[in-house]
Formats: sequence, C-alpha cells, structure tokens
Amino acid sequence: MITLQQIDKAFQTPEGEPLKAVSSASLQIEEGDIYGIIGFSGAGKSTLLRTINLLERPDSGKVIVDGQDMLALSEKELRQARMSIGMIFQHFNLLNNRTVYENVSFPLEIAGVAKADRKARIEECLRIVGLEDKANAYPAKLSGGQKQRVAIARALANGPKVLLCDEPTSSVDPSTTGSILAFLKEINERLGITIVIVTHEMNVIKSICNKVAVMEHGIVVEKFEMNDTKFVPKSNIAQFLFNNEIILDKREAAYV
Amino acid sequence: MFDNIIYAGPEIVQALGETFYMLIITIPLAVLFGTPLGTLLYLTRPGSFVKAPKFYLVLNGLVNLVRSFPFLILMIAIIPITRLLVGTALGTTAATVPMVINAVPYFARFVEQTLLEVNRGVVEAAESMGANRLQIIWKVLYLEARSGIANCITIITVSFLSYSTVAGLVGGGGIGDFAIRYGYYRYQTDVMFFTVILMVAFVQVFQFAGNFIVRKLDKRL
Repeated sequence: MITLQQIDKAFQTPEGEPLKAVSSASLQIEEGDIYGIIGFSGAGKSTLLRTINLLERPDSGKVIVDGQDMLALSEKELRQARMSIGMIFQHFNLLNNRTVYENVSFPLEIAGVAKADRKARIEECLRIVGLEDKANAYPAKLSGGQKQRVAIARALANGPKVLLCDEPTSSVDPSTTGSILAFLKEINERLGITIVIVTHEMNVIKSICNKVAVMEHGIVVEKFEMNDTKFVPKSNIAQFLFNNEIILDKREAAYV
Repeated sequence: MFDNIIYAGPEIVQALGETFYMLIITIPLAVLFGTPLGTLLYLTRPGSFVKAPKFYLVLNGLVNLVRSFPFLILMIAIIPITRLLVGTALGTTAATVPMVINAVPYFARFVEQTLLEVNRGVVEAAESMGANRLQIIWKVLYLEARSGIANCITIITVSFLSYSTVAGLVGGGGIGDFAIRYGYYRYQTDVMFFTVILMVAFVQVFQFAGNFIVRKLDKRL
C-alpha cells in the first residue's frame, strides 16, 4: 500500500550546517497494516511520516502510495491523491471557529462534495467516533480525547485508504489514549483502512500495531513484526523501548 | 453657560458629518485593499507558501515607505496625486485620499500580523486534505483570523478618527478643524472641551462595538 524507498530529507539550520532528519529510510507497508514508527523525539519519525503525503518533500528517494508515484504527480494530482490519505496530528489541528459538524464537513467541501451529499457522510463519520451529540459544539468546549476523535472523523470523511497518525495520543491523558487507540483499531478492522502511527510510546505500539520500525538519528535501525515471538531487539533503543521504563539518568544523551 | 456650544451647534453637527464621511470612505477602502495586500505579504514572506522573495522585498518596502510618512507630511506631499484623483486638493473628499493611501498599508500590516497568528498546524491539516491555496486562504486563514481582523478594523477606525482631525489643514473640515477654529482661534475653551468629550464618547462606542463583534466571532475560548 505504501512504499518508501531510500528517503533522504535534510533541513537547513540557521547555523548553515544542514540537519539530516531522515537518511535513506525504507519502509514497506501492506494494505490493512497498523504500522508503528517509534523513536525518541528528534529521531526523524514525524518527518518520515510526512513524506508519505508529501507534507515534507524528500530530497531523494521514492514514495509510492496505492500504486501512485507521489513524487511524479502534478500539484493538482497531488491534491487529489491527498484526499484519499487521511491524517491526524498530535495537536488535533481543528478549525476553532467551526463547529464539530463543520470541521468534519471541511474536507468534503475541499473535495467538492455537494452540500446535500455531505450531511449523511458527516453524520456517519461522527457516529463512528461516537460524537453525534457534540455536532454543534465548538472545539474549545471539547476534551483532548474528544478533539482527537473529531480529527479522526474529519480524516475519515473522504473515505481514505490510508490514515497517517502523527503522535495521536501524545497530547491526551493516559486514560484517553486507550479510547483513541480503540477507535483507530476499529477503523482499521471495520473499514480496512491502512494506518501508520508515529509515536514515542511503546504502549501504543504494543496495543495496536502489527508491524514496527524503530528510528534513531534519522535512520530506520530495526523493523519487525509484533507477533514474531522469536524477535530479539538488537538496537539499544529497541531494547529500551521494549522495557519502556523511565530510567532516572540525568545524562539525557544516553539514548538520544 | 452653554451659549458658545449652542451657538456652534449646527457647525458641530456639520463637522461630525464630515468626520464620519471621511471614515466611511477610508475604512471600507482600507479593508477592501488592505486585506488582499496583507494576505500577499503573508503568503510571500520568507518561509511561507509562495517563494517570491523579490516580490516580498518590494511589497514590504513599499508598505514601509508609505507607513513611514507622518500623516501630516503625507497629506501635503501627495497633493498632486490628490488633484489627479479627485480634481482638487481642498475639501473633505480631497482629505480622504491621503487617508486611504495611509490606511491601506497600515491595515495590510495588521492583516499580515493577524494571519501569522493562525496556527500553522491547522493550515497544514488543510494541506494534508488536499486543499488548494485559495481554499486555505478563504476557509482556513480568514476563518481562523476573523476575530483578529475585526479587532484590527476597530483599531484603524479609532486611529483614523484621530487622523481625520489633521484634514482641517487642507480644508477638509471635520471635528478637528472645528475644534481648532473655535477652541484655539476663538479661545472658546468650553467648545473645545465639548468636542473632546464627543470624541472620547465616539472612541468608547467604536471600541465597545468592536469588542462585541470580536467576542461574537471568536469561538476559540
């Protein structure tokens, strides 16, 4: 479903020295996967995720989504392709001056769906995330978890094949994390949407992902399947992530 | 006790009429031209959507240039342009020309700053959905910035109420001209004082109305 090949992405820093965010990273994501990309902050995992819908254009490499070579598309074709790739964000990124209903309506308006056809679709998406009763509320009146559910409904509106999740549970409290993940899992199982999740929380990976890539300093250091019982994490970071304990050590550089 | 004020009454009404005439022309034109200009500044500034550094440099420089004129000097300096546009450099309509010329870049700068405060993440979310630039401007930037823009309109209205008083200098009339003629040239302190009270009242009303609209438009809290 998604193929990333030898992705390179560097950012220009004010000091002049370009920062290599991602170096020759390759991923193969199959249809129906819930694929986790894990690593510490600054590992380049969000940048890699964002190359899938070209929010971040890689310096070199190949991005193929649903058989389409994304880098070969014209601007117009890219916009079209993006409509079938949903995305949710750590900070939800809802339109604050639109109600929940209007937020879900937004991608449909962009896709040019007629007003009469939008209503049923919006209501269906809100039902999927269990927020029918909040349709007329503004985002400011919602909890973090509810906001993320609105974001999920919004991402589903155009019937995407892929859902990209950039730290979807990092701004919600731990008790809400489970609910968000449950909705994502349900979407994956019921609607068959391929999900890619970037996170730094091993619990997220453990609870819903079937495949994982571990990133460190812009490099994919390990890839494995979660049901592979024989798998022994080799990299420092993977072992650390598997333990998932907070180690009290003032040397922040220990793993990063 | 209010003899002077009552005597000057009809002229006060006329002067107020002239002041509002100037504002009613200036503010809508400032919004009409300043909003797209400010949006262009926002879109072309370094690191934004459109890579047009030279265009930005020129536009930004032009905005700064006009903004750097003290209003009084701008008014005199552009008299030839005023003549060209309205046929005369005297009178209320003539006074609105420098006001508009001053207000457009002023408002454009406000719009640029207000748009900069729109959360980049929301813009990015719209991009990820396949929104084009026009949709991002209309449906994201203006929507999210609308209360900020309403606030800017309040501020320039109050500012230009003040600028309009300089218009007396080119025979533009208005409340400032009136206050100078009666309060200063005729030593009628009471008339002067009365116009000040009027001005204070108007500013309060503008600000109150502006704040009310901003509150209605802002759903962020």
